[in-house]
Amino acid sequence: MTKKVQIAVQNLTIGYGDFVLLKDLNYNINRGDVFIIMGGSGCGKSSMLRVLTGLVVPQKGTILIDGVDFTKASPAKRNDIMRRAGILYQSGALFSSMTLAENIALPLEQYTDYSKREIKELVSLKLALVGLAGFEDFYPSEISGGMKKRAGLARALALDPEIVYFDEPSAGLDPVSSRLLDDLILDINRNLGTTIVIVTHELASIFAIGSNSVFLDGESKSILGYGNPRELLKNPPNEKVYHFLTRGGNEHA
Amino acid sequence: MEMKLKYAIEGTLLRVELNGDYLEYDDDKIICGLYEAAENEQVRTLDICAEKLERWDSTLLVILFNLKKTARRRQLEINTQSLPAGLRQMLGLAFSVDRKPVGEKPQQTNLLVRVGNWGIGLFADVKKGCSFLHDAWRSFGRFLFGTAVMRRVDFLYALEDCGYKALPIVSLISFMVGLILAFVGAVQLKTFGAEIYVASLVTIGMTRIMGAIMTGIIMAGRTGASYAATIGTMQVNEEIDALKTMGVQVGDFLVLPRMMALVLTMPLLTMWADFMGMLGGGFVGVTMLEVPLRRYWELSVEAISLSNFMVGIFHGFVFGIVIAVCGCYYGIYCGRNADSVGVATTKAVVSAIVWMIIMTGLITIVCEVLGI
Repeated sequence: MTKKVQIAVQNLTIGYGDFVLLKDLNYNINRGDVFIIMGGSGCGKSSMLRVLTGLVVPQKGTILIDGVDFTKASPAKRNDIMRRAGILYQSGALFSSMTLAENIALPLEQYTDYSKREIKELVSLKLALVGLAGFEDFYPSEISGGMKKRAGLARALALDPEIVYFDEPSAGLDPVSSRLLDDLILDINRNLGTTIVIVTHELASIFAIGSNSVFLDGESKSILGYGNPRELLKNPPNEKVYHFLTRGGNEHA
Repeated sequence: MEMKLKYAIEGTLLRVELNGDYLEYDDDKIICGLYEAAENEQVRTLDICAEKLERWDSTLLVILFNLKKTARRRQLEINTQSLPAGLRQMLGLAFSVDRKPVGEKPQQTNLLVRVGNWGIGLFADVKKGCSFLHDAWRSFGRFLFGTAVMRRVDFLYALEDCGYKALPIVSLISFMVGLILAFVGAVQLKTFGAEIYVASLVTIGMTRIMGAIMTGIIMAGRTGASYAATIGTMQVNEEIDALKTMGVQVGDFLVLPRMMALVLTMPLLTMWADFMGMLGGGFVGVTMLEVPLRRYWELSVEAISLSNFMVGIFHGFVFGIVIAVCGCYYGIYCGRNADSVGVATTKAVVSAIVWMIIMTGLITIVCEVLGI
């Protein structure tokens, strides 16, 4: 069964001012995929994510989300598209002056007409889904880094999004917490059918959860590999991808 | 004493001999001589003999690194076989660059180009500032129509922070300013036997302008800096990105509560500063000039005019907007590292003070024209 394309990146050029970071990129992200955006440090992975989430305007090209041109959409249309997306930032990006419950309630208050009681119940459910039941009244400063990421994920899931973007989810986590977060991402993907887009260079996570991927290269400013990460390892399209996926060729992943 | 580092040119061969320990080795004369020898046109081969080399650190490594760079540039043959394995590996590592700088670094340009770039930058900043003010104004419009996404608790917190919590410092500084004003005035007025006018001097000075200016400077350093640091840290922590992607207007959520709190509290703080300044003047009047407190108070009240008082309050209102705009603007446009939060904070305070002085000048001119 062929999967339906949810995000289509077409002739996309990303840069800042006169500087071009990535040029003429073309790839598709299918509905229900766990899609990995990978590449070496400084290759433009995070910038790619910022463009996908509308924080940065691309120099050229389009991003179609469910057939709608996201890059040229009006603010109202863009809000409508982003309402169906959640984002987990590298640091969790929880609002430090709010409790976890207030953090998760914010998108619900912004986009829905639920009553206070309904919002409270939804917040408790989302926190329970990420293993943080009972932490409603805690402030971000009172919980660990791994818990912050989970709470950030609960906020990203608040509106039952169709797409969830992750920016380096494993960064700063110990291997066990990282593995637990990977499992959680897979659970969300399998049980809710959510499309997952992850920016990472953590090989363990890439092979554990990635169903499709794109390899970005800062030097050639282009895509050097596109496909399932395990397939890319078996049949590397070029030396750079092979070196990346085998940690420089010294250690087989 | 045997020289540690010896070198000699033998025809086309530069022989370098390393003996003993090279720990913190810094014999500049020999090192420079060696580098000069490596540049000698006759030399085609470098032979490094290190059989008698014992302990070494980075000071030796840097000499070998420079020699090897020279050898590469001049395409000389270099023999490092006798170097210890560790030293050879470190040398190899120093040359195994796996990444080159992307693009060329901007070259130093001439004065005209730099002035042009400065102008373009200034224009971009003005545009950004206008856009920020426009957004803030629209947020206020949304607030009036009840559609702004602003948490009441954020507004109350900001009100508390720039309200009663600011009273002690505003009181102290205003009291001292009133005291200094009275003291300096008294010294001068005493020479004419007119020290009784100290009360008028302090009252008019404080209510017309000094109360507002002192409150503005205190609040710029205290609250404006705090706004820039708080919002700047939110920028660093990607919290502002999170707000934007959630579709929440940053102006509504972050700027509006802070701006409204300052605009509401600044006139009140200015009034309080006026009172404290008069009290400070009274202290000098009673203790130094021996004017009875009751009489001093009567003279002060007589000197208060509604127009002076209202001009002072209006200054406070305008300063409230200036401080909030500068603090929030530099916070929102803060960079993405810890250093940029410091820069944003400094800019917020400095620009708020500069703009307050500019606004004072403008208000003074307008008052002069209107005869207030």
